[in-house]
Amino acid sequence: MSMGKSLCVAALALAFAGAASAADHPGLGKPVSETDLAVWDISIGPDGKGLPPGSGTPAQGATIFAQKCEACHGKEGIGGSNAALANAPGKNERTMALYVPNATTLFDFIRRAMPWPQPKSLANDEVYALTAYILARNKVIGDNDTMNAETLPKVQMPNRNGFVSRYPDKH
Amino acid sequence: MTSKQVTRAPDAPDVARNGLLDRRALLGRGIAIAGAVGTGASLTSAAAEPLPVDPWSLGPGSNLPPYGQPMKYEDKVVRTLTNPKFEPRTSQARTPHHLLNGTITPAGLHFVVARTGFPDIDPAKHRLAIHGLVKQPLVYDLDALSRYPMTSQIHFVECGGNSAPLYNKDPVQANVQAIHGLLSGSEWTGVRLSTLLEETGIDPKGKWLLAEGADGPSMNRSIPIAKALDDAMIALYQNGERIRPEQGYPMRLLVPGYEGNMNVKWLHRIKLIEEPVMAINETMQYTYRVAGPKIWQFFFPMEVKSFVTHPSPGLTLKGPGYYEISGLAYSGNGRIAKVMVSADGGQSWGQAALDAPVLSKALTRFRMPWRWDGQPVVLQSRAWDEAGNVQPTREQMFAERGEPKINVPVTAFPMGHMNVITSWAVDGKGELKHVYG
Repeated sequence: MSMGKSLCVAALALAFAGAASAADHPGLGKPVSETDLAVWDISIGPDGKGLPPGSGTPAQGATIFAQKCEACHGKEGIGGSNAALANAPGKNERTMALYVPNATTLFDFIRRAMPWPQPKSLANDEVYALTAYILARNKVIGDNDTMNAETLPKVQMPNRNGFVSRYPDKH
Repeated sequence: MTSKQVTRAPDAPDVARNGLLDRRALLGRGIAIAGAVGTGASLTSAAAEPLPVDPWSLGPGSNLPPYGQPMKYEDKVVRTLTNPKFEPRTSQARTPHHLLNGTITPAGLHFVVARTGFPDIDPAKHRLAIHGLVKQPLVYDLDALSRYPMTSQIHFVECGGNSAPLYNKDPVQANVQAIHGLLSGSEWTGVRLSTLLEETGIDPKGKWLLAEGADGPSMNRSIPIAKALDDAMIALYQNGERIRPEQGYPMRLLVPGYEGNMNVKWLHRIKLIEEPVMAINETMQYTYRVAGPKIWQFFFPMEVKSFVTHPSPGLTLKGPGYYEISGLAYSGNGRIAKVMVSADGGQSWGQAALDAPVLSKALTRFRMPWRWDGQPVVLQSRAWDEAGNVQPTREQMFAERGEPKINVPVTAFPMGHMNVITSWAVDGKGELKHVYG
């Protein structure tokens, strides 16, 4: 390799390094720790990663549901103005508990978005209890099962394998 | 002062049945076509009355407002709302495509789907955090992002459930706003997401990112890292001004061509993750049951589609003669390559003219000169994109997805990503209605 060519390669390497260096970027983002982001980081993976401490049972959830959810979702999750969360006798609809592939989705959505007028107002125990209540109303879990960070990701959802990616080449 | 010479033109040749004319008639031959109006009407009859000097020509006008508004006579050009009393449920607002032209939707008429209305975000307090599988988690405020290199891109945003009424068993009697109104086009200006991810660095295990809003329900979606690094943007401006509150003020994620719900509004957090979080909006919603036991998930790009906006239901034709058929075509997979128009329910087709520039993942306006003879016709359009995708017929789509079996209101979503051909029937009186061609 001639000296000229090796210099050229070195210059090229430097150029690439420079393109990714902080000097070429505004660098105006402020470093933040995951600890400082903890109250924002409410997303829960299907494996249960991110689930907080706490627990709840269907019986506890029934009481909370009557107080905070019934107005929109109907008595025991039936006949409300918004999404039915359980099937009326003789009905066989795909309610959320019978449709989504992971039980963690119920916990995540209830915690971040419900009740509609006061999202994020529920304590973690209340979210576990409501999740347990809805799962039990759909006979996905037993009436005496307790939901917590250990048990929730292990719930066998009836539609666990019902989904296929429409465009697998895109991810 | 010059006056244009108006001459009687030779008839433009028909390119398809029921009066579709050669699209080249639109290029520099507008006068000639105008001369042919009414097929035989004499030019002198058009200027029968002397023209008065109107009052607005005889005095000063009105003072200039600091922020201009549409003319008062245009007060019917508004979105339709599904939840005007703001009850505790999702609200939708649809764009009136039959009352607009061109390809840019005015920001105030951009469609909206919002779970709990729009939040009142103080731009000085808003923060965007990028964390998770990155080398250095970073937080940006609006002032900081405003100093970054920006790009302006024209793109459509379309709800994954737009055009869902076409999956009804019988043709819903509704106009283009009700059927196709969850679609809008804008110029978006902002910072490429890849620019910010270069600053945080990416852990190779980070194959997806979670995008989350600062709205009450913290709307969230999982997005493949490939899209984030390709053309995703943190949009700060819409049509030149700061993003409207319903569109995500002060910032939204823009993933061009991907279904609307993924363009997360009021964006405040991006977390790099290994696997999708299976959020409610990618499991319970924006997934579609098709023929057989499977449910499609991660639909992402909005497939090639077109529809006629002019004329369309509500825009009654005023007698036989010359009209322009025009509409919108777009694809989440690139540029529109071709739009064909039919006036006989799809038996014969003529190629429409496309307004330049034809941009990738953007609304494209197509136009077709037409001389209506007053007889009943069925108008259709069909689009092709540069990736080779063709807008499907109803039969083609239902062969894969199953036949529609029920009728639901236009606000329900029995199917998503409905890009089949739309048909408008014109009756002998010039009135239009939705039919299955």
